[in-house]
Amino acid sequence: MPGVEGFIYPNELELQWSVLIVLYPFITGLVAGAFILASLERVFNVQAVKPTYRLALLTALAFLLVAPLPLQLHLGHPERSLEMYLTPHTQSAMAMFGFVYLWYLMVVLVLEIWLDYRRDIVLKWRASTGLSRLLYGAMALWSDNIGESALRLDDRVGRALTVIGIPSAFLLHGYVGFIFGSIKANPWWSTPLMPIVFLFSAIVSGIACILLLYFVTCWLRRVPVDMPCVDTIAKYLYYAFLVDFSLEMLDLIHRLYEADESFRALDFMVKTRLFTSQIVVQIVLGTLVPLAVLGATQLVTFTERARRALYVLAGALTMIGIFAMRWNVVIGGQLFSKSFLGYTTYKMEFATREGLLPAIALMILPLVILWVLIRLLPPWGHGGDVQDRRARM
Amino acid sequence: MDQDRRTFLGQTGKWLVLTASAAIAWEHVLAGRPEEAPNYKATDHWWGMAIDIEKCIGCGTCVRACKTENDVPHEAFTFRTWVERYVVDPADFDHPVVESPNGGYDGFHQREVRDPTLKMFYVPKLCNHCEHSPCVQVCPVGATFESQDGVVLVDKSYCLGCRYCVQACPYGCRFIDPRTHTVDKCSLCYHRITRGLTTACCETCPTGARALADLKDPKDPIHAFLREHKVQVLKPQMATGSKMYYNGLDGSVR
Amino acid sequence: MTREASDYAHLVRMAGLFVIGVTAFVVLRWLMVPADFGVLGHYRAGAVTDNMKPPPVFAGQAACVECHADVAELRAKGRHVGVACEACHGALAAHASNPDGQKPVRPDARNTCISCHSANISKPASFPQVVPAEHAPEGSCAACHVVHNPKIS
Repeated sequence: MPGVEGFIYPNELELQWSVLIVLYPFITGLVAGAFILASLERVFNVQAVKPTYRLALLTALAFLLVAPLPLQLHLGHPERSLEMYLTPHTQSAMAMFGFVYLWYLMVVLVLEIWLDYRRDIVLKWRASTGLSRLLYGAMALWSDNIGESALRLDDRVGRALTVIGIPSAFLLHGYVGFIFGSIKANPWWSTPLMPIVFLFSAIVSGIACILLLYFVTCWLRRVPVDMPCVDTIAKYLYYAFLVDFSLEMLDLIHRLYEADESFRALDFMVKTRLFTSQIVVQIVLGTLVPLAVLGATQLVTFTERARRALYVLAGALTMIGIFAMRWNVVIGGQLFSKSFLGYTTYKMEFATREGLLPAIALMILPLVILWVLIRLLPPWGHGGDVQDRRARM
Repeated sequence: MDQDRRTFLGQTGKWLVLTASAAIAWEHVLAGRPEEAPNYKATDHWWGMAIDIEKCIGCGTCVRACKTENDVPHEAFTFRTWVERYVVDPADFDHPVVESPNGGYDGFHQREVRDPTLKMFYVPKLCNHCEHSPCVQVCPVGATFESQDGVVLVDKSYCLGCRYCVQACPYGCRFIDPRTHTVDKCSLCYHRITRGLTTACCETCPTGARALADLKDPKDPIHAFLREHKVQVLKPQMATGSKMYYNGLDGSVR
Repeated sequence: MTREASDYAHLVRMAGLFVIGVTAFVVLRWLMVPADFGVLGHYRAGAVTDNMKPPPVFAGQAACVECHADVAELRAKGRHVGVACEACHGALAAHASNPDGQKPVRPDARNTCISCHSANISKPASFPQVVPAEHAPEGSCAACHVVHNPKIS
């Protein structure tokens, strides 16, 4: 049979989960990571990263709104997807994740953004006319009060939300890891480390994403980059990456050492079918090189210009690497047969429902949504400066 | 006058609400009784299967019968049941050569190299109708379930086609039906066994290698089968509670 | 600084939105979840009956023997006692429910036999098997073997 090597169970010929299912953990990972970066400022008072606070929240929202779309395109019956909310099977990680997603979207992200932006929303409401006025009025819930007392209350509630939000973000992406990690039938996925590996790689990708977006938005706005801000973000990226890399190495070492029944089949797969995406892209280009670059910036003093270039390089490679990691988990987990005697191939098509084209479109869509959100709720200027706002209280 | 009208409307309203609720509740009570199907009481049965490797000749009659009985797609490479052929070199036990050409649908060709030192046998496979089924565990909506008589069934009108169950099954017995875009798998010919017939595969197996078993029936030959043979299930380490009992299952079988 | 009720107003409205959302969800659930869901387990009880519904395509031996008891008797004396009628004759529920209208096609008296009896080293050695090219290559198996009660002569 074409694309098959060795023996596979007959029903394993075609892969069940496509590139869209690779995209899904990647997108939710960016959400969790962006939020963790934002919470660094809000909860842990890391002042240096405040220029990215609102940007990170809006980015998280933009990506979270897109997250269900690859799933909808993948389902055999997307019109029945509401069943997951109406009759969720409480033993199913996938079902319960639907509620984690909903909780995170509505209670954590939307509420927090609303509370943080409320003053600006009301000011815009007062200042606009026509359709804009209607929109901003609705966003303000037609409540006009932006007095000191009300804003202070908002700040307190917002802070509490962020505190709840951090474990919620952990739950959001840890759960995605658990969706894979709890499948005992698949030894590539089944490990208690999976939720933690997913979480830390999410944090890494989210921080890298905000770093890159910050550079891009500064460049588009023709505004100088706040160097202490990006230096701090790069530092956190480096540390998060060290943890992520250690976890992945721990998994690898464990597998190599224990060498259980699945090991030989998986080892062969990594050395052949998964070599480019795992060794070359994920490990070398996507992990070792960014770690070396970021490590170098921590140890050696570079000029501002050099640092900016290195951060952009590291950030871009990181995002590619984390995408490759998702690919290797999802696709890699389906390339080998559960008989451990053979392999099949993933035939990714281009312009079909689950092909490369919709995948690309779904990666561009959040950026479009982010652009709209930035237009509606500018993360910079008056009120965007958190220190400004709090000073006024 | 107003007071009377108000009272009347109030009482009618209450009456309507009460009867509507009662009607809905009654519907709930009525709806959940599939044993309205004549003569078959699910709780009297606990289905499994006895498979005797020593008798299987790899003719593929079961595969063909299943596809006919259950309208399993022919063009797509999908099977509710299939047969695997194992060729095991006793000196290299960990590396059996396994094949399942078209799932065994057309039987197996004579091997070109006929080395008498090799151990060879056929293994028919199907859904294991696990008692602790991992596929049932992961279904997000309840579209697959274990019935009261131990058969793991699919609700095709409810399945979303998310494929999580296909990933969770250790035995590779589930697939997506390209026509309905839902999951499909061996249903143990539920439409037959509830009518007192046996499954299509067991009916047509010419050597008696496959035999439907009702573990709750004291007269069923399965009890003697389990007692007199060294019996195994597939992938016992997965603790799925498989009810497909194999006699003569070699350790090299995956 | 004292806090007035109007300071909470927007939060109350937001909470109200959430309450509306949850209520809408509860109503939607009541309207959309099938009545028989959850009665027997976390599934639609109707799915069990759905799985019972399809009519059998194979009739099962008992149906054949009702009319063809003579063949069954002949078979019972020989090596094919354990071979069901439909293993060779194909699915016959249509014929069983409409015997004169749905006449089955007689199975090919060589290919049908070969599908089980062609020699293959992977088959159990005790199973009767021949190399078709060497065993009466031109003829029909029925010429020498009584199909329902084959003897190895």
